[in-house]
Amino acid sequence: MARQEAKKDVVIVGLGWTGSIMGIELAQEGLEIVALERGRDQHTVPEFKYPNQIDELKYGVRFKNMQHPAQQTVTVRRNLDETALPYRNMGSFLPANGVGGAGTHWNGHTWRPQEVEFHLRSYIRDRWGEQIIPEDMTIADYPVSYAELEPFFTQFDKVAGISGYAGNLNGQIREGGNPFEAPRSEDYPMPPHPATYDSAKFGEAARALGYHPFTMPAGIASTAYTNPYGMQMGPCNFCGFCERYGCYQYSKASPQTAILDALKRYPNFSYRTHAEVLRVEKSADGKTATGVTYFDEATQEEVFQPADIVIMSSYQLNNVHLMLVSGIGQPYDPATGEGVTGKNYAYQITGGTTLFFKDEIFNPFVGHGANATVIDDFGMNQNDFGALGFIGGSYLFSGTFNGQPIRSMPLPTGTAAWGAAWKEGIGEWYGHSMTIATHGSVMSYRTHSLDLDPTYRDRHGRPLMRMTYDWNDNELNMEAYLTGQIEKFVDFLKPDAVARGHKLPGAHYDVRPYQSTHNTGGHIMSETPDTGVVNKFSQVWGMHNVFACGAGNFVQNTQYNPTGLVGALAYHTAHAIRTQYLSNPRPLV
Amino acid sequence: MTDLPGYPSRRSFLKASAAGVAIAGVAGTAQAEATPQAIPLEAYEPAYFTPEEWQFILAATARLIPSEGNGPGAIETRVPVFIDLQLADDYGRADDWYMMGPHDPTAGADRGWQTPLNPAQLYRQAIPAFNAWCEAQYGKAFAVLDTAQQDAALTALQKGDADLGDELKIFFATLLANTKEGYFADPMYGGNHGMQAWVYIGFPGARAAYREWPTRHNIKYPLGPVSIKGERA
Repeated sequence: MARQEAKKDVVIVGLGWTGSIMGIELAQEGLEIVALERGRDQHTVPEFKYPNQIDELKYGVRFKNMQHPAQQTVTVRRNLDETALPYRNMGSFLPANGVGGAGTHWNGHTWRPQEVEFHLRSYIRDRWGEQIIPEDMTIADYPVSYAELEPFFTQFDKVAGISGYAGNLNGQIREGGNPFEAPRSEDYPMPPHPATYDSAKFGEAARALGYHPFTMPAGIASTAYTNPYGMQMGPCNFCGFCERYGCYQYSKASPQTAILDALKRYPNFSYRTHAEVLRVEKSADGKTATGVTYFDEATQEEVFQPADIVIMSSYQLNNVHLMLVSGIGQPYDPATGEGVTGKNYAYQITGGTTLFFKDEIFNPFVGHGANATVIDDFGMNQNDFGALGFIGGSYLFSGTFNGQPIRSMPLPTGTAAWGAAWKEGIGEWYGHSMTIATHGSVMSYRTHSLDLDPTYRDRHGRPLMRMTYDWNDNELNMEAYLTGQIEKFVDFLKPDAVARGHKLPGAHYDVRPYQSTHNTGGHIMSETPDTGVVNKFSQVWGMHNVFACGAGNFVQNTQYNPTGLVGALAYHTAHAIRTQYLSNPRPLV
Repeated sequence: MTDLPGYPSRRSFLKASAAGVAIAGVAGTAQAEATPQAIPLEAYEPAYFTPEEWQFILAATARLIPSEGNGPGAIETRVPVFIDLQLADDYGRADDWYMMGPHDPTAGADRGWQTPLNPAQLYRQAIPAFNAWCEAQYGKAFAVLDTAQQDAALTALQKGDADLGDELKIFFATLLANTKEGYFADPMYGGNHGMQAWVYIGFPGARAAYREWPTRHNIKYPLGPVSIKGERA
């Protein structure tokens, strides 16, 4: 018999970026809110304090800030005929655990997708005709436009505290910014960061080659800053410990630095940690949720938390899993294309070419997570899909995020992996290289999806979620094209040695090396209930008091890191709840 | 190594941090420490390894990162101690990993860790299996082969020519990864003794404050490393 807690107006599942955003926006309405977080509580001090956090082995390699697969994981297969096997230890992607979620250990790359990415299928149809879209590619238009979301992107930029320089300010193109970006109503709240040596060399080469370099928009404070909630950030000191670490000095945008201390001041908001939500409970007619049941780690019992509104704001994979085990939406069947929950799982394609200069010094330990000069000349709206033979885009960038030697030890192709030659190599080349990398879009496909695994179970006895994913020719062809474009930089910069690390034609998905934590789709937005799980306000079709936030909403992945769009969609949803839903709870579409 | 003129003293920063730690009731050291004297590897009593395993680890890591040439080797940096302590700890037990069956150790390497063994069990089973292969091939256990034979045996293991069976096929990759971890991790984990590996490549360890350095292009950073516990080299 489950324990039952007092009813709340709102229950929030997962206290990362979107849970924190929904929490503070709805707390301002005076609603009684409780957030349930599976992991531990986390603060800048003591959890992320110096020097304990500056520990590559513990956090960078042993993943102590991350979700532990023993707690929750997925199984992975590359096609419908392969038997899915568990993702037993962390590699390719790194969902988080604990208050702040992945917003504590991200790098801070903060982008807005291009306008065309929101209406991609229409854009392709109008420019080239739908016949260039492969038969198994299930891309669609988002049910929301860039123009509708622009105020919410701006709101997220201000809350997170983004450093950058607008390239398109209300339609005016500005030298030094990204000329291919969608128009911004305001410049970034903080100026861009200075460029490290690798980043500057890439920028000079890009200009000489006729491209348009700009500084990566960074969720990393470049100055002292106070955000709209009164939260204060301090300027980054380029400590080199961003990715996989909590920030020890209040510089990286995170729920901790941007929202949580302000949110905790609301007496109508509370949160419980070590509270893992097991399922969303449905009313008798199935048209609303009555609350959620969670596992209380302290008392080792199930607890029912009734609520009028359920906000699903856990990590994308965990949101979709919770929907599948709760019976939210018809499960997607990749064999038939029927159903919606688990549909259009997508990812990110990345690669890099490292250039070695034996007489130049790069000090690779000097950096932050979004330290880069970028070009968007090969972005989605610049590529002629018809002529190039692929659908997609990528930005190219250079800049060191960290020089931590266990993980960041690039060596010229052909260097031995061990022995005397390896040791000679690390002495010769550490700190003498720069990398030019790709960061490309991944389209949605009929077979790329998430469902419940028939064999493997989690510690609560629930089926694990099964991921079906592999690289498609469309994305591999794009990566080959971009690899060729990077060769122009190699020719221009004339390094002493090179190492190319790109996915080659025919490559299959390998779960071992880290690639990105940009897992998207599975509870996608749609114009109609038969094609997706949520409407344009992230409201579940057919269950109007359940809202699902995060990258699960992405119809297909964009060419950019997801957090900017995740934040904007959360503010868009919060606005809809505040202005349309609370006064008259109902389906908003 | 001294601090740069005009910069806040790294030493005073560390002192301040350590004092904060002490107030919080966590064990910490109030001042920078010299590298502690370490027990010789021959006299070290392993927390996990048996004597046979220990001899193998001393010999194998000494070939993966040899002492010859520039820079320290695995032995001088006490990598074997690091691996021993890791296997005795939660990493060895795979506490954080999903280890429920069924297991398919025949799966391709790109499917990730699919052996039913945790890292500690992997070492325990793989070392005698590899020693048996060395006996069959060379008439001796790995630790007493000459260095050319050891290199050849490790190469065979790396390439899968020394086939230890599906459940053990991830052993070489694991051993090599753990050896490099022990070489480069903070010295509080038992390896990277005296931060010698950091000094060799020029990594400043836990300094983690470079506010003035992004725009100092192509200029060598002058300070040596500090460790999390405040050692300096």
